[in-house]
Amino acid sequence: MATGLKVKYTKEKKTMIFEKIKEILVDELGVEAEEVLMESKIKDDLDADSLDIVQVVMAVEEAFEIEVEEEETEKLITVRDVVRYVEENK
Amino acid sequence: MNYANIIGTGTYVPEKIVDNHMLSRLVETSDEWIRTRTGIKERRITTGENTSDLAFKASQAALENAGMYPEDLDMIILSTLTPDYFTPATACLVQRRLGAENAAAFDVSAACSGFLYGLDIADSFIKSGKAKNILLVSSEVMSKVIDWQERNTCVLFGDGAGAVVLKASPYHGIINTVTGSKGDIEGNLVSKSRNLANPFMENPESGENYLSMNGKEIFKFATRIMRKALRDVTAGTGVDLSGVKYIVPHQANDRMFEYVAGKMKFDKEKFYVNLERFGNTSSASIPIALDEMAKKDLLSKGDKLIFVGFGGGLTWGAALVEWQLD
Repeated sequence: MATGLKVKYTKEKKTMIFEKIKEILVDELGVEAEEVLMESKIKDDLDADSLDIVQVVMAVEEAFEIEVEEEETEKLITVRDVVRYVEENK
Repeated sequence: MNYANIIGTGTYVPEKIVDNHMLSRLVETSDEWIRTRTGIKERRITTGENTSDLAFKASQAALENAGMYPEDLDMIILSTLTPDYFTPATACLVQRRLGAENAAAFDVSAACSGFLYGLDIADSFIKSGKAKNILLVSSEVMSKVIDWQERNTCVLFGDGAGAVVLKASPYHGIINTVTGSKGDIEGNLVSKSRNLANPFMENPESGENYLSMNGKEIFKFATRIMRKALRDVTAGTGVDLSGVKYIVPHQANDRMFEYVAGKMKFDKEKFYVNLERFGNTSSASIPIALDEMAKKDLLSKGDKLIFVGFGGGLTWGAALVEWQLD
């Protein structure tokens, strides 16, 4: 695959993952779509408590058919962290 | 064919009420924190009565409500994770105090799902014709197994007992039951027994053993397994959730019910919830809630109900019931 195409492909995939995660956050946390940015902190900016985060993780697990170990869950601070985790584990 | 029918219910909870404010003086917590994460406002805590005492009183109330004499019982099933003794079984202590001399009595260990396991056993004995009148009592003194310095667990639980009397009848009261297990080798919800220690061990265990729980993993397990159990218990029965008046869940956490109702797209009000007053009383929570519903006149003959529970083991269970009392 030509490098340019690969970059484009990766970028599209990242956008798709981000869009899906945004949808999950809107659904689970009741936030507005515009509030969800790559750099949003799930706990501090999107006002999620510990059980909200569990719900988000569950929805991510179900949407992408992956399993997020508990130690990993604690490292998912921003929306970008979640997108990256899905990219690397999907 | 004989079917199992619930013909009476009873409850007993200790008098002492411990609210969230009282707990906030024991551990670093607040009423607001507990309420928003669990829905619990207060719980009953024993000041001297043990599991068999609560069970005895709930059983007496259920027998009276059913209009049945103790000597007519041919089985007593007691579910608990907090028995008075390793032996005798708590059921045997209750049997003696009731004077239920014709009953075989034994305990069932399935943690918070104990009532549903007991119901499944009672249903099977009655359907097979081996028993006609069964007392099923779920009794828990959680306050003796929780660490009162651990704020993540001590705020969740309460003490109490609930009982039902089941009788063989031609009416299809218990329509379907399901139970399941998934061995918790990870230790997500554990209340350890005695320490492994003897004079011949190099490294005997020591120290106190309290209940410990990984709340996040249990939340995941519970919300997934509730959805599965609700689907499984209705499958093939011709009854779907829209035809069910109330779902009586194990009273663990209001947030779980909100989540499950949202995912399965039914009104959360379908869940009967009373955990704000009793906390999580483990296996006793479903029969306590059921008795309260019956006493409040929320149930009419022909109503379809689902009991659904989950907990340590890990275990789960559900029962689809048609209420047969007026």
